This record gives sequence, structure tokens and C-alpha cells, in this order.
Amino acid sequence: MEKTAGGGKTRYIFGFGLLSVLALAFFCLNICLGSSDMSPAEAIGSLFGGGTESGRRIIFSIRLPRTLAAMLLGGALSVSGLLLQSFFSNPIAGPFVLGISSGAKLTVAAAMIFALEHGAALGSLPMTAAALAGALGAVGVIMLMSGRVRSMAQLIVAGVMVGYICSALTELMVTFADDANIVDLHSWSMGSFSGISMRDVGFIAAAAVPAFIGAFMLSKPMSAYRLGESYARSAGVDIRAFRTALVILSSILSACVTAFAGPVSFVGVAVPHLMKALFGTSKPIVIIPASLIGGGVFCMGCDLAARLMFAPVELSVSTVTAVLGAPVVIGVMLERRGRKNDGQ
Amino acid sequence: MMGSEPVLVAGGLAGGYGKKLVFEGMELEVRAKEVLTLMGPNGAGKSTVLKTLAGQLKSFGGRVVLCGRDMQEQSRGERAAKAAVLLTGRVDTERMTCFETAAAGRYPYTGRLGILREQDVRAVRDAMELTGTWELRDRELGAVSDGQRQLVMTARAIAQEPEIMLLDEPTSYLDIDRKLRVLRMLREYANSHGTAVVMTLHELDLAQRFSDRVLCIKEGRPFMTGTPAEVFRPGNIEELYGMSAGAYDCLHGTAELLRTGREPEAFVIGGGGMGMEVYRDLQRRGIPFAAGVIHENDTEYFTALTSAEEVISERAFEPVGEKAYGRARQVMRDIMARGGRVICCCENFGTMNRLNLKLKEEAGL
Repeated sequence: MEKTAGGGKTRYIFGFGLLSVLALAFFCLNICLGSSDMSPAEAIGSLFGGGTESGRRIIFSIRLPRTLAAMLLGGALSVSGLLLQSFFSNPIAGPFVLGISSGAKLTVAAAMIFALEHGAALGSLPMTAAALAGALGAVGVIMLMSGRVRSMAQLIVAGVMVGYICSALTELMVTFADDANIVDLHSWSMGSFSGISMRDVGFIAAAAVPAFIGAFMLSKPMSAYRLGESYARSAGVDIRAFRTALVILSSILSACVTAFAGPVSFVGVAVPHLMKALFGTSKPIVIIPASLIGGGVFCMGCDLAARLMFAPVELSVSTVTAVLGAPVVIGVMLERRGRKNDGQ
Repeated sequence: MMGSEPVLVAGGLAGGYGKKLVFEGMELEVRAKEVLTLMGPNGAGKSTVLKTLAGQLKSFGGRVVLCGRDMQEQSRGERAAKAAVLLTGRVDTERMTCFETAAAGRYPYTGRLGILREQDVRAVRDAMELTGTWELRDRELGAVSDGQRQLVMTARAIAQEPEIMLLDEPTSYLDIDRKLRVLRMLREYANSHGTAVVMTLHELDLAQRFSDRVLCIKEGRPFMTGTPAEVFRPGNIEELYGMSAGAYDCLHGTAELLRTGREPEAFVIGGGGMGMEVYRDLQRRGIPFAAGVIHENDTEYFTALTSAEEVISERAFEPVGEKAYGRARQVMRDIMARGGRVICCCENFGTMNRLNLKLKEEAGL
């Protein structure tokens, strides 16, 4: 771990360089590869207005929005996870493990079924609002419990249980809602970036980008908060305002994801951790933007795998993120345990 | 120093945790360059007082004036630029270097994003060099020893460039050399930067040595306050701590075990500090003893007074007189008659303790 301050800077440049290259590479791959026969040159050409009419349609109504959504929502999940980890001072907190995604899923499913029964499709705004309500509800429950549980593992167990309860209730509603459109709901409730339109992407960007900026602006108090609440308070952090901002921003970000892609697991825990390892620091001013880009890369990669691995059968993106992300969570827990034992 | 305005004044301060009152009626005042130490038994409320002064806990009543203004009226940023804290309890960080930790003290001075400017880096470096932690700057806080971490946290408080430092047990986790170094460093820092220091200490001898003033707290109330010379007087410390097992030697800063209350089984002829080791040895072996004839200015006098079942002494600078000699001889004979023994620690005898030589000869040594 010996490194000089200059070495840290070099590492940051290298890290952001690597992430940018990966982001560009995965963006191109996601645009170029797919079930329809289209050469990479054709696909890229279509992106810039060339190629055939049908090619452009595939690119602009399917692949591009899907890729952009994966990028934005992946970033949203990662940053949301990072904020929650700061809030709970717990490195394995995240929107999925704490049941926040499932809370949002529950309210979105309820809103969808309600809308379907009244013969209307649910718009982006009410859907996101429903997701936000569910996310905040779940955060509220977890916050109530976090006052009573002392260990990091207990909090996670509580979160997983909240998630299960919400999922069970969602299943119950889906089972009794007899509508053909429920098929849609089913694939959504598994987590998927498919079926997202350019309009949806615009909506996601409108909600997530301000939240990203807000999160970045919190990097100073987040940095101070790494030493714990007491020291942060003594340095002049307004603890209540800071914690409120953390909860609201992380809820907005995870609500966005759940509203449009359903619950996507483990990205929020795995990506911030991988970024801290890549950059060798936990400085929020570095890790927030890194998680944003890294989350985008991670989700674009996972979506690509979900689409292509067993093509033409498409996996839910959660299947892929879980396989890649859950081991990271286990790794963090084991590492922390080891460190705790060393200290005594 | 005498004419300077107090940096921190607390009047009628009461506080505690949640709804539980821990202390009340606390009055204190610290000036620039002054070190005030809070002393008292475990659970007396020292740390709670300190945390309340630091604004970490809401006070239940009374007021705190920081640099001439009521603390309640000041913004968080203003308070943070004036008062820095060191708390007990281990911080658990992840991938955070010692430099970043110390740099956290610059929070009140940096801009919206907390980016360090040149003067911030310099302040952090100065603080780390002062605490001897600059070499650790690139190490992770979680990877250094408990003692080093304590020093880094102290550097953090110094980097905050406060008017007052509120330190909860700054010597915890430190070995004896580091304790001395840290306290000397704080002392010098207070003197040279005009900073006021309020701290809690468990080590009585260190409190006595490094404080300008001491505030003793017992059961959540101020028990006594004053300079170390005023507070460290026979009886005070014993009363403060409700000591039943021993007594505190204010002259030497040592804790001495109280006598057993049984019949003495050994007689120790001491003087000039020679008896000390024998007293300790007898205590370890659980043998009650009597000591004589020693002078009131002998270094073992306080120990003998506390630990021996009976002490036969002579006034300082006077030769051992017949009266003391007579009493000592009787006590010694009683002990010998009960099958006890006599130990003579003295090798040199002069005019002042000539009669001790006589005692030795009588004991057949």
C-alpha cells in the first residue's frame, strides 16, 4: 500500500482512462451486437443516420435506448449504493440488499395493476413516483430497524427480509391480477433493460442527472463522514441535513432504476467496492464519478451478456448481475471480518 | 495570559444521554494557553461533560460561551473553526489514508467540494509532523497500530487550527513514552499557538504534571477545582475516588496500597528511601510490617504511612531521638517475640540515624 500522493493522482488518471475506454467499448458492442443480422459497420453507420430504414429503426428504437438506459441506470444503482453505504456506515449496503428495490417494485406493480384494471398504461412519471414512494417506504423501515441493530450483518439480514416481504406481496398481486399484460409485468419484475424507449431514456436522464450532481456535491460531507458521525459533526457537518440528502438522493436513483428496469441486484454493492479497489481510495470526490461510469460499464456488460449468452433466449439482467455481483459482496464481508480480527 | 479573555466558559451546565441526566452544576473556564484536565472516577461524567462542551451532546441546561459568544448562537462552521475534538472509541474506515484522516480537520476551511488548497496541505503536514505521523501519511488508517491511529486523530484536531481542543483521553492506546510525548506536544502546542486545551485523563500523575488547572468531577458534580498544587494534596484524591484500597502519593505520583490491619510480622529499619523495595516485597508476599525509624522527609515516608501497620518517625532534619527509638525498640521486640523478623535496609549510619544502628544491633543483625 506504499504510494506517494503523486502515485495516487496517476492512478486516478489511469482509472478514469480505463473506465472511459471500457464505457466506449461496451457502448459500441451493445450497439453492434444483437439478434438481427447487422454488421458492426452498418450498425455504427445507422447511428449516424446512414444505413437502411429498418437498420435505423433497430438502432434508435431498440439498441440505443437500451444501451443508454443500461448506462444511466447502472450508474444510478452504483451511486445509490454508495450513498447508502455512507448512510449506514456499512460497506455492503445497497438498494437491492436493503430491500429498497423490492419496496419500489411492490408499489410500481400495484400502480401498474391499478392502471391496467382501469384500462390505461402507466406513464413514466406516475410510475417513477410510485417507485419513489416504495423506495422511501422501504428505506424508512430499514432506518427504523437500523437504530436497533448493531452489526452490519444484522442490518443486511433485516434488509433481505424486507425485500422478501415486498417480493411476496408483489407475487401475490401478480397472481391475482388476471390480465394478458401481466406477462409484461412478469419480465419487468425480474429485472430487464428491454422495452425502454428513447422517451423513457430522456425521462431517466431528467431524474437521474440532477441526482448525480446532487450526490457529487455531497462528496465533502461524505468524506468527513467516513470517520463517523461524531467527527463529522465536530467538523461542522449538518448531520441531519446530510443524512436526509443521502436518503432522498439514493431513493430517487434506485426508484428510477426500479421503475424502468425492475429490481437489478447487487450492482449497488459490487461496483462502488470494485471502484474503491481500482482507485485505491474511498475518497467520495473520486469514487462518486467512478461509480457512475463504472456502474454504466458494469450494466452495459451484464446486459450484453444477458442478451447474447443464450441467444435467442434472453436472460434477466439480474441473473447476470447477481452472478457477477454477489461474490463481490461475499468478498467484502470476508475481508472486513479478517481486518476486524487483525485489530484485536 | 492573566488578562486574556476566556476561550470557553461553562456555567450551570447539565447534560447526559437521551433523557438520563449524567452531570449538573458544572462550572468551568479555560483561557488561551491553558490546559484544563477533567479528573474523576469511572462513570463520574468526565467524557459526558467533554462531549457536551464539544456540542456532541445536547446540554440539558446552563450555557457554554465559546470565544465570547453563546455556543448555541454560532453556526456549525463557526464552532468547527474554533473547537476541535478527539474522541474515544475506534474509528472504522475503509481505504482512507492517515493523510486524508488528518486532512478531515480542514473541513471548516475548504470550499464546497472540500478540495485542499496549498495552505491546507501545509497545515495538515505541520500537524502530522508535530505528532510524528507524517511518515504514515500514505498508510491506511485501518492498517496502523492503535497508538499511531490515536496520534493521527490528534493530528486531525491540530490541523483544524482551533482556539480550543477538547480531547477525551488523548493518552489511551499509547505506551508510556508516547503518552509523555503526546502530552508534552500538546503542552508546547498550547503554549506556542495560544490554544486552550480541555482533556480527560485517567493517569493522575500525568494530570498533575501537565495541567494548569484540574477540575475534579465526582458523581456528576464538580468536586474540586484548582491548580495541581491545590488539588493534589493529601486526602483529596482519596476522597475524589473514594479510595479504600490505597492512597495516592501526591509528591511522587504513585498509588500506594493501604495497610492490612493485621499484627505486623516484620519490622523494617529504613531511611533515605532504602525501605521502599522491602515494603513492596513484603506487600507482594502478604506480610504485614511496621517501619521505623524514618524521617518525615524520607522518600519512603508516604509509602510507610499508607502501607505499614505502624510507622515510627522522626521530624525532618532532626537526629532520631530517644522517644522514637524507645517506641521502635518496643515494637521490634513485640514482633520478634511473635516469631517475626527484622530487616535492616540501611548500610550507612550517620549522626541523624545513629539510633537505627543500635536497633539493628539489638535485633542481632
